[in-house]
Amino acid sequence: MKEQEKGMTIIVKTITRLTVGLILLFGIYIVAHGHVSPGGGFAGGVIVALSFIHIMLAFGKEEAFRKINQNVASFFESLGAILFITLAILGIGSGYFFVNFMSKGKPFELFSSGFMPLANLAIAFKVGSGLFIIVIILVMFKISKEGDNR
Amino acid sequence: MIELQIILIFMIIGALIAVRTKDLLSAVIAVGTVGLGLSLAFLILKAPDLAIAQLVVEILCVIILIRATIRKDLPFSTSGRWLFNTFITFIFLAVFIGFGYFCMRDLPQFGSPIMKIAQHFVSQGLKETGATNLVSSVVLDYRAYDTLGEATILFTAVIGVLAVMRRVGRKK
Repeated sequence: MKEQEKGMTIIVKTITRLTVGLILLFGIYIVAHGHVSPGGGFAGGVIVALSFIHIMLAFGKEEAFRKINQNVASFFESLGAILFITLAILGIGSGYFFVNFMSKGKPFELFSSGFMPLANLAIAFKVGSGLFIIVIILVMFKISKEGDNR
Repeated sequence: MIELQIILIFMIIGALIAVRTKDLLSAVIAVGTVGLGLSLAFLILKAPDLAIAQLVVEILCVIILIRATIRKDLPFSTSGRWLFNTFITFIFLAVFIGFGYFCMRDLPQFGSPIMKIAQHFVSQGLKETGATNLVSSVVLDYRAYDTLGEATILFTAVIGVLAVMRRVGRKK
């Protein structure tokens, strides 16, 4: 039981050390290119959350909390919500709620289509940190319940 | 479309195994195969955005199911008030089927495009929003209110899980 709380075997830890950066980078790519290619804020946010959950499964929850703890996750969730609402309200200045007020730019470029990359970023912050918080809560609940039984 | 039907049959078999098997880990893995089949079906129907979202959410769900519920002996009682339960089940089935019949009656046939608004999105979306991913242009520009609602749903879900699972409430 004590070995399981510290994490999995050394094979899993080594593979995790190699792959977790690639998973995080792929999530950031999916978020940043959400308006150009398939993907977007939701899928990219879930992939970013999965990279931290990957650390938590392989190394145990202490190592994952050293990377990103609960306060940081809740800060990013609130930041995503405030950023999205701010983008929506700024649109009132040039028309109505949620108008795309920035310049459109050229298609197929990274900085195009107005405020969509920023909105994707906000959604990714919100979804990723929200799902990470849910997994943290469920895992902590399980461990505390086992501790009560012991 | 033959590959879509093969995948649908595969998903039905996976769901049946998930329901009928005795082992909890096997059931979770069978549910995971159903999600993988759904992701492949979205890919065949040319919806890569949905395929990506379905795949990653399915991975997350399988991880949560394995980590959070696999050790527990879930209480599942089949005895007791079976007459009342069956009666309620049939009432709900009748209500859902009735509403479904009246709602689906006015829908167009599958694959017949009479959708004027979607036609506008497809033809004018690139010019009006500047996004080459049309799904993104609908989600974040034309229908941004829905995205705001989705973010609110996720926020409410996090608050609900926190409220149910918090330490103080469980100690009492």
